[in-house]
Amino acid sequence: MASLAATFGRGAMTNGWTDVANADVVLIMGGNPAENHPVGFRFVLEARRKRKAKVVVVDPRFNRTAAVADVYVPIRAGTDIAFLGGLIHYALSTGKYQAEYVRQHTTAPFLVKEGFGFADGHFSGWDEATKKYDKSSWEYELDAQGFAKVDPTLEHPRSVFQWMKRHYARYTAEQVSSICGCSKEDFLKAAELITVAAAKDKSGTVLYALGWTQHSHSVQLIHTAAMVQLLMGNIGMPGGGVNAQRGHANIQGSTDMGAWNMLPGYLKLPRANWSSLDEYLKANTPKPLRPDSLNYWSNTNKFMVSLLKAYYGDKATKENGFGYDWLPKAGETDNYGWGYLFDNMYAGKMEGLISFGMNPVANGPNTSKMLGGLGKLKWMIVAENFETETAAFWKAKELAQQYYANSPDAARIQTEVFLLPAACFAEKDGAFVNSSRWLQWKDAALDPPGDALRDQEIIGRLFAKVRELYAKEGGAAPEPLQSMSWSYATPSAPSLVEVAREVNGREAASGKQLSGFGELKDDGSTACGNWLYSGSFTEAGNMMARRGQEDPTALGLYPNYSWSWPANRRILYNRAAADAGGQPWDATRASLRWTGTRWTGDTPDYKADAAPDANGSFIMLPEGVAKLFTPDFAEGPFPEHYEPAESPVENALHPQVSFNPSAKVFHSDLDKIGSVKDYPYVAITYRLTEHFHYWTKHIASSSQLQTHFFVELPDELARQKDIKSGDRVRVSSARGKVEGQALVTKRMRGMDVNGKRIYHVGLPIHWGFLGKVSGPLINNLTASVFDPNSGTPEYKGFLVNLEKL
Amino acid sequence: MMHVAKLIDTTLCIGCKACEVACQQWNDQEYTLGTFDGSYQTMPDLAPNFWNLIKFNEYERDGKLSWLMAKYQCMHCVAPGCLKACPAPGAIVTLANGTVDFAQENCIGCGYCITGCPFDVPRLSNTTKKVYKCSLCSDRTAVGLEPACIKTCPTNCLTFGERDALLHGAEARAQELRADGHAEAGVYNPAGVGGTHVFYVLANAARPEDYGLPKDPSVPWTVRLWKGPVKWLGTMVLVGGILGTFFHYVRYGPKEAHDVEGD
Repeated sequence: MASLAATFGRGAMTNGWTDVANADVVLIMGGNPAENHPVGFRFVLEARRKRKAKVVVVDPRFNRTAAVADVYVPIRAGTDIAFLGGLIHYALSTGKYQAEYVRQHTTAPFLVKEGFGFADGHFSGWDEATKKYDKSSWEYELDAQGFAKVDPTLEHPRSVFQWMKRHYARYTAEQVSSICGCSKEDFLKAAELITVAAAKDKSGTVLYALGWTQHSHSVQLIHTAAMVQLLMGNIGMPGGGVNAQRGHANIQGSTDMGAWNMLPGYLKLPRANWSSLDEYLKANTPKPLRPDSLNYWSNTNKFMVSLLKAYYGDKATKENGFGYDWLPKAGETDNYGWGYLFDNMYAGKMEGLISFGMNPVANGPNTSKMLGGLGKLKWMIVAENFETETAAFWKAKELAQQYYANSPDAARIQTEVFLLPAACFAEKDGAFVNSSRWLQWKDAALDPPGDALRDQEIIGRLFAKVRELYAKEGGAAPEPLQSMSWSYATPSAPSLVEVAREVNGREAASGKQLSGFGELKDDGSTACGNWLYSGSFTEAGNMMARRGQEDPTALGLYPNYSWSWPANRRILYNRAAADAGGQPWDATRASLRWTGTRWTGDTPDYKADAAPDANGSFIMLPEGVAKLFTPDFAEGPFPEHYEPAESPVENALHPQVSFNPSAKVFHSDLDKIGSVKDYPYVAITYRLTEHFHYWTKHIASSSQLQTHFFVELPDELARQKDIKSGDRVRVSSARGKVEGQALVTKRMRGMDVNGKRIYHVGLPIHWGFLGKVSGPLINNLTASVFDPNSGTPEYKGFLVNLEKL
Repeated sequence: MMHVAKLIDTTLCIGCKACEVACQQWNDQEYTLGTFDGSYQTMPDLAPNFWNLIKFNEYERDGKLSWLMAKYQCMHCVAPGCLKACPAPGAIVTLANGTVDFAQENCIGCGYCITGCPFDVPRLSNTTKKVYKCSLCSDRTAVGLEPACIKTCPTNCLTFGERDALLHGAEARAQELRADGHAEAGVYNPAGVGGTHVFYVLANAARPEDYGLPKDPSVPWTVRLWKGPVKWLGTMVLVGGILGTFFHYVRYGPKEAHDVEGD
């Protein structure tokens, strides 16, 4: 999400599930939707049936999706950037890209400052002593007004376009084959199919999931895909886009509503160095980089002030900076991402943890470190449907002796654990935000059983009690809690309708619901819990509960079905689906069209009545167009292939800088990194369709479909080790081990990587030491190595050893 | 009454097993946590409490790897071998809509239907001593609902409807596949059992065994014989058996189970 936000302006799937049916080519890479998104996958099959779309699957395993694909290309885990970089080179060197689109809708014509460069694995500005980049050379060349200089011919040697051409010239088909372990022929076959979408009237979609996000270079990887799609002219197009398939029903909603580094609506978390609202706004309101850039984040003040009004109500006034002081602030460079959180916990620097709908012992990297961290807390509250491995972490040694023999005995763990029974999804109303950014309202199907409470009641009761204790006993900084507006009918159990209305926003004085974020003000006259969701619950009612199935464009946009952020727009950046004159690139897929006075079709991602040449087509970015060159990221403005932290080979492009120099690696006594000498095989972890994460092992109907943890092995490797399907094997890494039965298959193959034969070992997640079925926690094996931009752990491509038991 | 049918378009199956669970839930089946069999398949075979199994078949031919997934269940034959073989009146019936349904209250557990089935579908329960298989959700279709598996299928691989129309649709889909380069695509609706009420679209209809389906199924000759010339003999044997059981009961009383479970 970090990648898409920096590239296009918003961190979300660009198109939507229903739109996948409009594609001519479907590239599925870093995801296995037939396995993990079976309901959404129907649209891939529909594209195949109705449009004769070609489906290309690129993955280390011949998986369920590959089973129904037209072309399958096996690649080594962690080499996706090389493959996609190869596609960029292929497109640019053969001319198979949409030149008009690239000129009009991307930063290809922008000039990069003198002094920028790349050599021997590092971009300019690398400081070997601090192991950090000085990014000052990663900037555009600006004119006197502060706008980026451009060369519409794309010929200037310092244009982004020429830089890109040079940077990816190294990614030849031979090099791709040698790094990725696929044959040159397979790569070229895939490249030929994918670049069919370069034609103006063709579009291709890219579907991905955690196979792309769980790398130490994941944000750059997704940016590479975005670059490919921009070259093909696929962003904004029906049947196009870079489409992140979210892995939980409401994971899109959870990031939309905030994260450790973000307030709702992707507003930056305040930091201690921005000591007033003015300073915050100054630091977080971008300036346009082109004269025609709409630069929508220039409205940051309206979004932020309205959010503060929603938080603090009448107590938020112009005089007190609308209560900005009451917001918690992170230190200037503090990071509270997962890796840091648990590293601090393990170092004994944290007192307590509230874990809602999260099972860190199961899903965090390096289980021993998760267990070790939780054991150093004073208290932990877990709100869950079941007793999870996290709630029962102190029993790990007793319940799974063979894996946690070195963990402390339960009697020596001092953490006080409160397990609160929480309602499950079917017992709650509210909205789920799906991958398509649709906010779909649902009703509760039944009441929670026994003492279980709905989340809002757990939070409401906690809030009321803590506020009461502050009032009674005092304490440090009571103001943030005392000033909080909490005007729900039942304060200890707010209804989700009340909250949804608050999130949509209202006029502060009259209480009238707003009809969209265009009405937000920076003077305190509007209150809005999340500007992106403004329009979801208007005076006309709950837009999220709509189920209209009208489809006026016949493109599967369904504008009256639920409500889509932002502004009920179904395809993001849809202005780019039209040419300079505002006419659709493909008349048969006209999502948006300029009539001469206004735009018709989908909700335009553009001013509704602005002429096609009035503004850039990517309104959220200061550039006004999509970014091919992205200085936002830690490791460089262009993606470069780096090997995983644990790799069986050196980086063929620059062996001296093999691994991502900016990736985050931790160094506690439990954070060990293994080498190929001891751990010769490449491991990947993944989900199975039969299970949902670490929940369904508690459910008999799902458990029976896959009862046992298994280790998926290439037939060729199994023969070398004399392992047959059903034999017990042990897989170990520098961090820990897992044991289970082997599933030997031809669907996994040895790969020739730079003259070396490489094998993968496949490890499904889903098991643990509690549930109707049990097995090892797969994260016993994984490392605390993280992408520097998103903080996502590297679960795809780490080293293991394999033994027959 | 019009005949209904189920179409399984194997080219759209992703082996998600939603139909397996839907079948068990609708039919109140018990879940069994089985063994690991070295495959993605839920269990090696159908069971009395498992009437709908996705078979996973991985093979390599001419250097091309395939991983086929296809639903395996009762075919609801037009000329059902199970019915031909069944000696118990009313235990197997053909409904007006073509469904071949088992009425367990009339089943005597002889297992002849298993021998009679060329698709090896019916399964005898060791607990109830009755035979079970897919009922095409006759309790749902009777009130105008589609079978549970159809309702749950996420990819439209499964469709349900009027048999002739569906068969026509299946032929059209096979035609489409042939045009897309699958020269051997076709419909599996075997003539040896008079056609079926469950048919498949196969990308390679010349090799149904790749999908776990018999190539040219027909009712075994022994069963045809049994229901033909020697039926009267069988009936006599059956009646004799029942009478024998009756007199045995009158003479010796019920068989008592000896409870060996201690405290």
